[in-house]
Amino acid sequence: MKHIRLTRYRKWRNVFHQSWMVIALSAMLFIPLVLVAGLIMKSMLLLENHHLFELLFSSDWRPLSSHFGFLPFIVSSLWITILSLLISAPVCLLTAIHLTQYAKRWVLRIMHPVIDILAGIPSVIFGVWGILVIVPFISHQLGPLFGKSVSGYSILAGAFVLSIMIIPFMLNMLIELIKAVPNELQEASLSLGASKWQTIKFVVVRKALPGIVSSFGLGMSRAFGETIAVLMVVGNVTRIPTGVFQPGYPLPALIANNYGEMLSIPLYDSALMLAALILFLVVLMFNVLSRFLILKAETH
Amino acid sequence: MNNKISIHNLCLSIDRQPILKNVSLNIPTNKITVILGPSGCGKTTLLKSLNRLTDLIPGVQQSGEILLDGVNILNGNQDLVDIRQKMGLLAQRPYPLPMNIYKNITYGLRISGRRNRQFLEKRVEHYLKMVNLWDEVKDRLKDPASALSIGQQQRLCLARGLAVDPEIILADEPTSSLDPISSKLIEEKFLELKSQYTIVLVTHILRQARRMADYVVFMYLGEVIEQGTPDELFNNPQHPVTKSYLSGQFY
Repeated sequence: MKHIRLTRYRKWRNVFHQSWMVIALSAMLFIPLVLVAGLIMKSMLLLENHHLFELLFSSDWRPLSSHFGFLPFIVSSLWITILSLLISAPVCLLTAIHLTQYAKRWVLRIMHPVIDILAGIPSVIFGVWGILVIVPFISHQLGPLFGKSVSGYSILAGAFVLSIMIIPFMLNMLIELIKAVPNELQEASLSLGASKWQTIKFVVVRKALPGIVSSFGLGMSRAFGETIAVLMVVGNVTRIPTGVFQPGYPLPALIANNYGEMLSIPLYDSALMLAALILFLVVLMFNVLSRFLILKAETH
Repeated sequence: MNNKISIHNLCLSIDRQPILKNVSLNIPTNKITVILGPSGCGKTTLLKSLNRLTDLIPGVQQSGEILLDGVNILNGNQDLVDIRQKMGLLAQRPYPLPMNIYKNITYGLRISGRRNRQFLEKRVEHYLKMVNLWDEVKDRLKDPASALSIGQQQRLCLARGLAVDPEIILADEPTSSLDPISSKLIEEKFLELKSQYTIVLVTHILRQARRMADYVVFMYLGEVIEQGTPDELFNNPQHPVTKSYLSGQFY
């Protein structure tokens, strides 16, 4: 009889533990949904009063007289994100190719933890570094070089700091991607008389290309949402930037700087929620597109 | 017998672990030389050392000499691209390059600077016909090569290797991932091709060795145990290890 009781007990425990996992899983799926629903509900107030088109494409931002044009923030975000990708993507790709194809094995062994450590540095430290190094550098060296007198707090400073931040993140993915290209494929190319560089260019990179593009996409979505480090160096001036030396005001900085201060004005509160929603949707879009590319690459 | 390749005292180790031990053998011109032996005996490594693909292995050390047409290719004075272009490699599994069928065949030519379209098109047709693939793919040359069946891919890889005009074909168990019909096609091709090419075929399939070989090399644990004509080796093996392998005591 005893062993039957034991069996029952084990069965019960089994069910119990399985249900825990289901609860954990549904919480994980449920929370983002609640989050989005909350954002939509809260931003409805503004959307009822203003046309979405006007909100997205007007540059008139005067919350106190209820003008909410998000264009300066959206444009700033796009500038910084794209610029940071332009800086970091070539660096990442070339580093990944060197580490996987040319470097000695011990170099890669050392670089793995180094990259992980870089990825783990808190973003506020990057922000401080940006203020202490990048901003003065732009103000004293780079600006005068282009004949401009600038404060240094600029789109360019934000993009610099951001690109340093997303490099370890993308580099890790790229190394894994390029390592995953079968050796035999390289052997095939080499035995057809291709040089090492030709093999890398036409076969290795070509094979990993969808993955490379999607890792850039994931890097972009990280860059788009990064808040504190960018906020510290970008200047936070509400104006559509027309050059990289000008200050900008990206969406995450808008929310972080203003939320909690102007809650007495319901429309302002709602506007910040809409900013969060836009941020969320754009990042989601980058992510989905990137995942889609990876999926396509794997089935190819 | 004329020897295309002669190997003298080739030793190869990876991270100080010996893989090939003092291998010496001759590969006769325009014949099929079969390298026979159980899995893990160093057959593939030996084959890859012929076109210096072993250079890619981290921690590799080689000594001895490999004479290709009388010239040592291990002493480092040789142009690797030159050596490799003289040898077409057919791997255990087909690895089509990540591009379309047409570009797979013309890859070797394009990277060495041949860009004349008519010339390339003629070559593609010629080599695809040579491996009996032309009729199956002539209407979809622009499709990705990965869309072909495994058997078709392996024939494509053979055509791709032949298109750079090699003198030697290195084949590493080329039928091990293929169905019987595709295997037969490849074997028949090899028997046809040996009048123009020197073929080195690595296999662990005894019957394939019997069907194909003009010259047999039997390897075990990184050493050449015995070599000779099929008649000598299959009908009158000298070494006890060869005897037990031939009688099916291990694979």
